[in-house]
Order: sequence, then C-alpha cells, then structure tokens
Amino acid sequence: MTLQDIIQQLDLAVLTQKTDFSTITPAAGYASDLLSCVMAGARRKAVWVTLQAHANIVAVAALLDLSAVIITEGAMPDSSTIAKANEEGVVLLSTQKPTFLVVGRLWEMGLRTE
Amino acid sequence: MNTDSIRAERVITDGAAGIITRVEELAYELKVGEVMTSPARTVTPDMRMSDVLALFRDFKVSGAPVMVNGQLVGIVSIADLIRALQENNTPAAVSEYMTTQVTTLEAGSPVIEALKLFAKTKVGRLPVVDQAGTLVGIITKGDITRGVLRALETDYQEEEVRKYRARHLFEDIVSDRTSLTLRYKIQQGDFAHGGNASSHIKRALVRLGASPQLARRCGIAIYEAEMNLIIHTTHGGVIRVEIEPHQIVMETIDDGPGIEDIDLAMTPGYSTAPDSVRELGFGAGMGLKNIQRCVDDMYLDSTLGRGTRLEMRIFLKPEEQLGDTNALADRAGKNGGMSQ
Repeated sequence: MTLQDIIQQLDLAVLTQKTDFSTITPAAGYASDLLSCVMAGARRKAVWVTLQAHANIVAVAALLDLSAVIITEGAMPDSSTIAKANEEGVVLLSTQKPTFLVVGRLWEMGLRTE
Repeated sequence: MNTDSIRAERVITDGAAGIITRVEELAYELKVGEVMTSPARTVTPDMRMSDVLALFRDFKVSGAPVMVNGQLVGIVSIADLIRALQENNTPAAVSEYMTTQVTTLEAGSPVIEALKLFAKTKVGRLPVVDQAGTLVGIITKGDITRGVLRALETDYQEEEVRKYRARHLFEDIVSDRTSLTLRYKIQQGDFAHGGNASSHIKRALVRLGASPQLARRCGIAIYEAEMNLIIHTTHGGVIRVEIEPHQIVMETIDDGPGIEDIDLAMTPGYSTAPDSVRELGFGAGMGLKNIQRCVDDMYLDSTLGRGTRLEMRIFLKPEEQLGDTNALADRAGKNGGMSQ
C-alpha cells in the first residue's frame, strides 16, 4: 500500500508540496495527540494520525522520519507550519473525519504496526 | 564495504521519487534568466533567409529574435527557414518569413512559467526580456533541461562535499582528544522554533556519518530536552552537544525554576505542564522517560530555585564511530585479523 492509495481511498487533502506519493510506502501507523507518546511509539516511516496542527508536529515528524502526518477533524496548520514542513520534507495531509474513523480505514486497508 | 552500504542507502532514500520532487521544486526555484542562452543570436528584418541559414548552421541554433534598433519585432525559426527552402526563396528578406506575434518571458520569472508557455503555445523557443522589455536572451526546452541538470548536480555535489568534509573532520585534526561542540540557545515559550535545534543536531550527526538509527535516538532525546527548556524553564537555557568519535554527550542547562522531586519527575505520566501547553500535545509526562530509553547514560541534577542540568550520553560501538567511518572500520577489521 502506498501513500497514494491512502490519499485516494481516504480522500485526504494534500497540504504540502505534491510529490509522487506512489513511491512512498508507509511501514506502520500511530495515533496520538501527545507528542512525547509519538516520540516514544511511532516507528520510522509510520503514518501518524493526530488532531494537532501546530508547528511542532513538523519537528516530531522530521525527527522520526515519518511517511506522513494525517491531521483529523478539519484542524488546519497555519502557512508557516506548512512552509516548515515543505522545508523539512514532511508530508501533511488533512481530513474532516475524526481520528477513530481514519485509523479504522487505515486498518481495513491493511496498515499494521508490529 | 562501508562505502557501498552508504551508497546503497542513499540510492534508496533519495531514489527516483526524491529526484522527481527536486526537479519540480527547481522548476519553481530556478529563474528563466539563470538557464537561458545569453546573449541571443539576433537577426534584422532586412537580412536574407540565406544569412539565417548560415547563422543557424554556424552557431547551431534553431531560432533567432528579429531586432530593429534594439526593439524585438519578430522571431525567425528553423520552420520558417524550411518554408523558404521549399519555396526556393532563400534570397528573400527575413521580414517575409518571420513570425511577428511573439510571446516573451521575463528573466525573473520561474522556469515553470516557461514550461507552461511551451506547453500552451507549442513554440520551440521564447525570447527573454528584462523588466524594461529589453531582449536579454533566449530560452528553449534544452536550456531548461541543462539548467535543471546543472542545479541537481550542484545540490548533489554540495551535500557530498559537506558529508565528505564532516566525515574526515576528526581524521584531519591531530590532538590527544578531539571533539566537536555544538551550542544552541533556547528561549522559554518559543514553541514556534521548538525542535529546530534538534533537527540541526540530527543533520550534523548524519553528515558526520551517524547511522539513521543513531541519529534518531539522539534526535528524540535532544527534542524532549529542548521542549523541556521551552516549556518548563524561567528564561530558557542552552543545549550543548559534544561529539567525539566514540561518544556523544548532550547537555541542557537552565537557570530555573529547578525540579522539586526528580524521582517524581521521572515517573511516567507525571507532568507539571500547564493546560495551555497540554493543549498543544505536550506535558504527557513522558519526556524524561523517552530520554532515558534513548541514551546509554542520563544524569539529572537540579536545585530548586537555581536551575537544572541534564546530561545524556550515548556510547558508540566500534562500527558506529563518527569521523572517518571507513578508516575506523578498516582498522577494526585489521585488528580482528591479527588477533586470530
């Protein structure tokens, strides 16, 4: 499953620069709004689902080499956060759906964390 | 061996996807003026098409702006020349065959604008003008390809040179004990720049030859410590990272308020973060525990009212040593052989 499949099937908005998402294969998933939990629990190349939308999610995603951040419930990062994400090569995606639904869909698609 | 694995890793991470992305970025970053051919070979309306033929042949160009007293009045291309040849009319004046409806581009426009125009107008070349409308050059798709390749090569070489220099840093300097010290000032409450120092430290370690796992461990530990300075201190503090081939010592120092009960602070889930900070997703009470998990040695010293000093140490295995990884790996290999 590629990031392209996830974006299409979950109908996610791409907030950062568009690249060839079909070459990115997420290796795991993680959901939390507490940054330290993410630091402790998210695997490399994971997709992180959160409703946090402030600039620090970019630092967390970059430090952990995450595949993408899915921001839920329509929370919207400001333009400087998006600019910072582009600079760091972090993919930010957005949806109106709540975290629970997004995680459920990712699980159905076969995304697992061992 | 080591070089090969480093190279293989780069191919995967930067792979085709990365390069496509960078090309797209470059289409927005590079300016028309940076990739165009300048000055352009120009002709005048009263020149003969046979002169155009000679110009195209001699200078290997496929089109030329037509100028009168410094004013752009048209463009003549190889297609126009072919028409003249078919009609056996090469003595004719350029003005008879040139195109007068000319689309121009400003030198300051991003290359993406040129690509859009090429797609829209189907022309092979576009004259480039400055802000005053004066002709400064000409651009073709070939110029763009060359410009992008040149920029990609520069990018690649710059990062390679940086990595090469960093990897040999320790090797080139002779002392009984060489270390590299990085220092960062962190302001209390500066959430907007939270994680910047950690990112810079992580990048420095990668350039020094750290494995992704090692860079990640250091990154997580120093991020938690950096956020603690932003969230919990009175004025902020400093981060100091001392890198040696065999170990990394990371340290944060602040001048208050200090931790009342260190054992309690180390308890997972315990946090003194205010609600405003918790709303941002901090204050899970996991920070110090995360640090402990990532480093080999952690030392926390705090006096209430005076400040806190946190020291984190990571010891590097022989195959992880920073500086010149190849030389160290070779040495380790030779030693292994001798002991057998």
